[in-house]
Amino acid sequence: MDRWERARVRGRSLLLLLFVILAAGPADVWGGSKDALFHLGRVATPEEIQAWDIDVAPDGEGLPAGRGTVEAGERVYAGHCAGCHGGTGVEGPSPKLVGGQGTLASAHPVKTVGSYWPYATTLFDYIYRAMPFVAPQSLTPDQVYAVTAWILFQNGLLDKDVVLDRETLPKVRMPHRTGFVPDPRPDVNRPGS
Amino acid sequence: MTDKDGKSMPNEREPGVPSRDAPVTTRPKEPPTRRAFLTGATSLFGAAAAHVLLAPFLGHAANGSGDPTRVPGALATEYGRRSPFERAKRLTKPQRSRTPLQDLHGIVTPSALHFERHHNGVPLIDPAKHRLLVHGLVERPLLFTLAELKRFPSISRLVFIECSGNSGKEWKGPKGKTVQEIHGLTSTSEWTGVRLSTVLSEAGLTPGAAWMLAEGSDAAAMTRSLPLNRVLDEALLCYAQNGEPLRPEQGYPLRLLVPGYEGNTCIKWLRRLKLVASPMMTREETSKYTDLMPDGTARQFTFDMEAKSVITAPSGGQRLKKTGYVEIRGLAWSGRGRVEKVEVSVDGGKNWRTARLQAPVLPKCHTRFCLDWWWDGGKAVLQSRCIDETGYRQPARQDLVEVRGTNSYYHYNAIQSWQIDEAGNVRNG
Ligand code: HEC
Repeated sequence: MDRWERARVRGRSLLLLLFVILAAGPADVWGGSKDALFHLGRVATPEEIQAWDIDVAPDGEGLPAGRGTVEAGERVYAGHCAGCHGGTGVEGPSPKLVGGQGTLASAHPVKTVGSYWPYATTLFDYIYRAMPFVAPQSLTPDQVYAVTAWILFQNGLLDKDVVLDRETLPKVRMPHRTGFVPDPRPDVNRPGS
Repeated sequence: MTDKDGKSMPNEREPGVPSRDAPVTTRPKEPPTRRAFLTGATSLFGAAAAHVLLAPFLGHAANGSGDPTRVPGALATEYGRRSPFERAKRLTKPQRSRTPLQDLHGIVTPSALHFERHHNGVPLIDPAKHRLLVHGLVERPLLFTLAELKRFPSISRLVFIECSGNSGKEWKGPKGKTVQEIHGLTSTSEWTGVRLSTVLSEAGLTPGAAWMLAEGSDAAAMTRSLPLNRVLDEALLCYAQNGEPLRPEQGYPLRLLVPGYEGNTCIKWLRRLKLVASPMMTREETSKYTDLMPDGTARQFTFDMEAKSVITAPSGGQRLKKTGYVEIRGLAWSGRGRVEKVEVSVDGGKNWRTARLQAPVLPKCHTRFCLDWWWDGGKAVLQSRCIDETGYRQPARQDLVEVRGTNSYYHYNAIQSWQIDEAGNVRNG
């Protein structure tokens, strides 16, 4: 091999090396691959999940153990709620919780738990997470079952002797249960109309 | 144009008018206490030292009464504040505040003026202690610190957020006085965060995961269910607004942002994402944020904020002082994409003209429009209507009410009319 030949071979292998570096380069220099996880965050423990997992689904999934009666609910309501929602749930000043059935299609609809809410489970969920307004998440599941029972009873949606628990609550049938429809918009000035 | 109450000039002289006859050593407009203090300080340390001690706003710099070229100005500050002459402020109720749209320019809302709405106050959250839990129908339930969320690939985007209750009182007819009072529950910021989809792939969705419950760590533990197939493309988990960490009232340290969706879906103080098969029917998606129709049914999951526009100047409560040139200015936006066109009328909708759109015109973002007008001193009715990239045209009030009645409260996006009388007073009507 003469000088030029050697140089050519060396040049070719250098080119090959460069090609290999370029081809492999991004992976080597930047690490990882496009599809890999970032491996951020850590696996949550069951206890950590349980501490925050307070939501209740319409089928009752997520309801805690416990029970409550209308009678017990009357006491919870008087002690923790009546000051804002009124003695019987209609006086306010905070939102009316009772009444309004049959008014939704009128000029003056009254939207309450009894007239408007589609699921009784939502009532438990909301009271459990957000009421009483000044001390949210301070009531026990028993107290929430009880006050839920009382509000449903006041709305004529529960018999006085029914005990509310994770079995019976999802079975309460709300008057406006089938009153919700999906979003049909754009309903005014539809494109092309 | 001035406010109804005719905000007077803070300065005796016309601002910016050159004058040599206001020597810096006489300060007739200064409050006596400060003058006394300053004189004493000056004799003790000399002007420069006093200046350093009494920074940032001193003497002429404090009340602007003199020639600012003859006295050293204020010193540098660590966290800037606006000029003491500027007074634009939010209109507050305990659980909401409205953006002063009539006082703003361009499309970005200053963070301090971004509207707020909360359901039981603004929580105080230590970012070092805040966690985001992702669980439910996932392969690995994960817990993230804020620092970890900030390490993910980031994305910034200018997006408007509008409360679905914005302009809600107008369903019953023209009620509010000013553009702030009527339409102030909409604002635009540049939001920065990580894509929701990035964080969810880290946890791994399992088959059946179709909805996501998002929950805040405020005293309302505010919750909304969102359909994954509609939010995965665009939703962000945001930790920054206009370049700095979120304001407390905007969800510090972490909020969800679903571009184009009604504001309450952008859960603030976000602490939990639970993947589920179907909507959880929370109070905020049944009792509230549903639209009652005349037949007694209610529309549910009405997420999109439809195209809307409003003239911010001249607007309710303002007064045109002189005939002649007026630049009509306003904002337009659509939760379904870009603003294609804004048309303006000065005769209550008989004739329309296409307004100029200021760049940038971004999808799901406030867009600034302007139009030249020469007011002849007569009565006028100013209106604007937005057409978005889907071809949807912002409706007239009667067209909207004909379909939806007047009881739905949310999602009011009809054309706003401003009546102008011969005295130049602008009123809602
Ligand atoms: C300090 C006043 C106060 C107390 C005490 C209080 N509430 Fe409330 N409640 C409110 C306010 C204010 C709202 C509206 C909150 C909102 O709209 O975000 C509300 C809303 C509700 C709602 C939802 C109403 C609707 O139509 O959407 C229910 C249900 C409710 N409260 C139940 C209760 C129960 C049960 C108790 C007692 C355990 C209670 N509240 C105690 C102030 C109070």
